Amino acid sequence: MLRKNIEEQFFKYLMALFTIGLVALLFFIVFEILKKGLPELTWKMISQVPKGGFYFGKEGGILNAIVGTIYLSVGASFISFLVSLPVAMFINVNLIRFKKLQHGIRFLLDLLWGVPPIVYGAFGFTLILFLGIKTSLLAGTLTITFLITPIMIRAMDEVIKDIPIGLMEASYSLGATKYETAFKIYFRQALPGIATAFLLAFSKGIGDTAAVLFTAGYTDRLPEKLSDPVATLPLAIFFQLGSPIPEVKARAYASAVVLTIIILLISLTSRLIASKLSKNSI
Amino acid sequence: MISRKISDLFSSAWMMVVVNFVLLLPFGIVLGLIIKSTPLLRQNNFFDMLLSAEWQPMKGSFGFLAFILSSVWVSIIGLLIMLPLGIFPAIYLTQYASPKILKVMRTVIDVLAGIPSVIHGVWGVIIIVPLMSHYLGPFFGQETSGYTILAGGIVLAVSVIPFVLHMLLEVFRGIPVELKEASLSLGATYWETIKNVVLKKAFPGILAAYALGLSKAFGETIAVLMVVGNRVQLPGNLFEAGYPLPSLIANNYGEMLSIPMYDSALMFAALLLFIIVMFFNLLSRILIQKSTIE
Amino acid sequence: MENILTKILTRKNKNGNGIPHKYAIEIENLNVFHQRTHILKDINLNIPKNKITVFLGPSGCGKTTLLKSINRLTDLHDGMFVQGSIRLGTEDILGSRNNLAALRQKMGLLSQRPFPLPMSIFDNIAFGLRIKGVKSKTERADKVEFYLKKVALWEEVKGRLKAPASRLSIGQQQRLCLARGLAVNPEVILADEPTSALDPISARVIEEQFMELSKDYTIILVTHILRQAKRLADYVVFMYFGEVVEEGNPDEVFEYPKTDTLKQYLEVGH
Repeated sequence: MLRKNIEEQFFKYLMALFTIGLVALLFFIVFEILKKGLPELTWKMISQVPKGGFYFGKEGGILNAIVGTIYLSVGASFISFLVSLPVAMFINVNLIRFKKLQHGIRFLLDLLWGVPPIVYGAFGFTLILFLGIKTSLLAGTLTITFLITPIMIRAMDEVIKDIPIGLMEASYSLGATKYETAFKIYFRQALPGIATAFLLAFSKGIGDTAAVLFTAGYTDRLPEKLSDPVATLPLAIFFQLGSPIPEVKARAYASAVVLTIIILLISLTSRLIASKLSKNSI
Repeated sequence: MISRKISDLFSSAWMMVVVNFVLLLPFGIVLGLIIKSTPLLRQNNFFDMLLSAEWQPMKGSFGFLAFILSSVWVSIIGLLIMLPLGIFPAIYLTQYASPKILKVMRTVIDVLAGIPSVIHGVWGVIIIVPLMSHYLGPFFGQETSGYTILAGGIVLAVSVIPFVLHMLLEVFRGIPVELKEASLSLGATYWETIKNVVLKKAFPGILAAYALGLSKAFGETIAVLMVVGNRVQLPGNLFEAGYPLPSLIANNYGEMLSIPMYDSALMFAALLLFIIVMFFNLLSRILIQKSTIE
Repeated sequence: MENILTKILTRKNKNGNGIPHKYAIEIENLNVFHQRTHILKDINLNIPKNKITVFLGPSGCGKTTLLKSINRLTDLHDGMFVQGSIRLGTEDILGSRNNLAALRQKMGLLSQRPFPLPMSIFDNIAFGLRIKGVKSKTERADKVEFYLKKVALWEEVKGRLKAPASRLSIGQQQRLCLARGLAVNPEVILADEPTSALDPISARVIEEQFMELSKDYTIILVTHILRQAKRLADYVVFMYFGEVVEEGNPDEVFEYPKTDTLKQYLEVGH
């Protein structure tokens, strides 16, 4: 009996240790990045584009990357939303009677979710060669759209499928059409989850490096049209970190801080919105 | 009435378009990669390429063994680190900790999951690489730059563990409390219950979580790339540099079109990667089916 | 009895066609299968107009499935096959292609558990009104008030019409669902154990509503509470294992049951 107890206590402490270690890890990561990056973060960095010898340690900032990231992610998320919401509704409202089809589609979507970003990048690159598009804002946006759409669909699907069927029965009994049931009733009911799904996919789009590596190009300027190459924040970090010049490396850390803050902000917003929007849901 | 019917019609039409598009996407990806790989496959034998370590694109010899092995090594290291880092917190949080702590940890894990690959690469460069070259390497008697397979494995583990943990928490949550109650009322201690009942029931789900983790591990590109060294060689030990498949693709896309067959080779690498990743993904799915049917 | 029949025969139906229909709903040779199981077997039933018809029987007898077939909500379930005809007036809802939404609108649904729409109290009722084509805002507001009063909910909610419906108590929600259903002018009200989730007072309110409403609407009530059936029924349909075993007036059916199954059921009294 005593031995059992000792064994239990030992494992209990071991497991607690690992758990605390995990939390500590998160804070440690964020802390170290802030430590290295915050000192380098100046107002100039985020408000200017790279000038002359930026990559040799001279003037400029990463505004090109910040703006590029925003254009690209917002564009991709918007297109993705136009695709994802109908598909998620289709699965749950139109296909309510066809469980096998639902399974099949969800299976394919999960497969797509599992495809690593680098493969989306390779595919995107092949596609733009095929279509004759250059590496650009357009190409990058397309590739990111492919990447994040399965995520957005499945995340929305998860919330919508939990809606009790009684609500659908009530809606049809009032004479509503499938479209009205989906986009007026189910949409409102699942609104917090839908918003969260959107922000989740948006966040993935912002942080991605591998898929845009081949397709967005890179530029020091702010993109003006869809066919312009575009810089993103992850790409900026990636390239700057690879530089041998210490000043440029330091800037990479500062850029990393900016990216981390943006991601954390989105995460926070996501949680706040979810609670704000659930007032009408039953 | 008519406008309602028109809205219904439009929305159905758009739905048809997007649903078909989404369903065709996976086939499109596989097809695209296969098409691009065929020139290479016509010239070289499939198995020769997988088993040869000779990588001289300029001379037209494409042996992927070094990359495959690097990928395998890095993923295995990552998996080994993820084993305790996943199971222990998962058990502790679901069986011992208070519900409040569990709730907070879910949030922590979700935040961790949202950290982009490149950020993991950054802290890997800041912390792990120097750690390796100044302390760990010398400790084991190895001289190393720090950009190693081990560093790759560590960074990999940290970036993938949130997903594995998320799944593990779900698996443990799915164990009916009645099972534990039954075991306890038979006289087993809490710990014995966990060891013999809970873990047994959760086993397929645990396997599924780690299979998924392995799937993600093979596909993880940027974080690993930044710390793994990227030297084409058969890795001899953990403190040497490696060159996993994703890194191969990411590093060389620029030269893809200038060397003959190179683009085909890289697309083939992407196809290989796709197959490996899908294999573990499907394995994970099958295991989950098994665990829910039981 | 004959007076009632005459009244029904000569009364115009709700569409004002002037063509009298003897019954509100005519069910003919209805068979329902769930995958391989034969759930409803050869149901032939005529539902009398403007009366409360009660579907009674032990759990699993198919009474809810029968109810859900009437407005074709069986379409929502994987593997449910329905054969036969269910006529509302001249139209067979089972065969309807283009008119399904409109036909369903003629039958209001009240479920076991209330499902208010995820909107304000006001919008719950206005939603149906909009579908019906009530364009003017004032007309909608008037009708919302009218129907809330009809279910005795007006006084309780008149000060907070814009509040989310989810904040109401279950009893209030159920009354709201009733008002919402009435607002689209149905001919029939389908009620699936509408009081089983409610406290006794709310349950009583709903029952009183039904007795009032049966003057103008045909009501089909599924219940497993024998006492409720005795209180409310104008016509009883007793079911067992997917078949209609006995039907008729409550006095006859409850006092002089013909079949053993019904006799046993009445004895157990549940």
